[in-house]
Amino acid sequence: MSYRVHVRVMPRDGLLDPQGQAVEHALSALGFDEAGGVRVGRAIELEVAAPSRAEAEARVRLMCDKLLANPVTEDYLLQVEDA
Amino acid sequence: MLNVAVVRFPGSNCDFDTLRAAERVGTNAYFVWHRDTSLEGADIVVLPGGFSYGDYLRSGAIARFSPVMQAVQRHAADGGPVLGICNGFQILCEAHLLPGALMRNAGLTFVSKPVDVVVERSETVFTSAYTTGTRLRLPVAHGDGRFVAADDTLRMLEAEGRVVLRYVPASESSPLQPNPNGSANHIAGISNASGTVVGIMPHPERVAENLLGAPDGLGFFTSLAAWRPRAPTLNVPTR
Repeated sequence: MSYRVHVRVMPRDGLLDPQGQAVEHALSALGFDEAGGVRVGRAIELEVAAPSRAEAEARVRLMCDKLLANPVTEDYLLQVEDA
Repeated sequence: MLNVAVVRFPGSNCDFDTLRAAERVGTNAYFVWHRDTSLEGADIVVLPGGFSYGDYLRSGAIARFSPVMQAVQRHAADGGPVLGICNGFQILCEAHLLPGALMRNAGLTFVSKPVDVVVERSETVFTSAYTTGTRLRLPVAHGDGRFVAADDTLRMLEAEGRVVLRYVPASESSPLQPNPNGSANHIAGISNASGTVVGIMPHPERVAENLLGAPDGLGFFTSLAAWRPRAPTLNVPTR
């Protein structure tokens, strides 16, 4: 089976996110004063061949821990769907 | 003569400056390509500054998996000295040879200018020529220099005296802008427990000769040139 996995990598809560702050300021300058709490992360998509959905998720978690996210500064979320 | 391997990744751009600084203190310095699997008998390894792999994903994240890094890991595990400068520091953190991570500068801009730092630890292979407390003016040039670590890691680094360089707060004697990147505890460089692996954001190789102004960075290279590998200890079975 092949699965399409969406990985969302975000700066860890509590860590300064200067990119998010800069985007928030820019939104405010454009008049979008209702926007707040902006944070900027990274989205990664990949296809994974695996015998099951759970196995695909487990493998991508390993990829995140080893490469796709930095465990010191980032958290990640996975979404697995049939390819 | 000490063998000093300067590792070149695609995107390294401080490799020649680093090689020259190492040569000027009387070492046999040479380049090692990132695809090499051997350090060719290096006593000391330097990971120079630059933008390895275009800083894709995160600074240093891809370089960490270069074939040569396995040799660097073994070298470090055997007690061999490794200095990471700027991008080299980022690679050492990504490779878990040093704790923490280097994130986007708090001000978001790439910062390229001289900063004042204080040598907080002279008991390392790369700072032994300095006295603890010495102030240096060294150039920085980075976009991702904000050192970040978990609170307990920061406490451990401070308690074990593993902060090697710290940005000096602005004062009358040091009017330069302090802490150019928002680094935790104003950290500009750290070491492993034994002082053999050191990572620093400033560029000592750019101020290592009189022609370039005060050679504040030369001490990093005279330090490494003074290092001597320990004689292998004989493992004699006791009866």
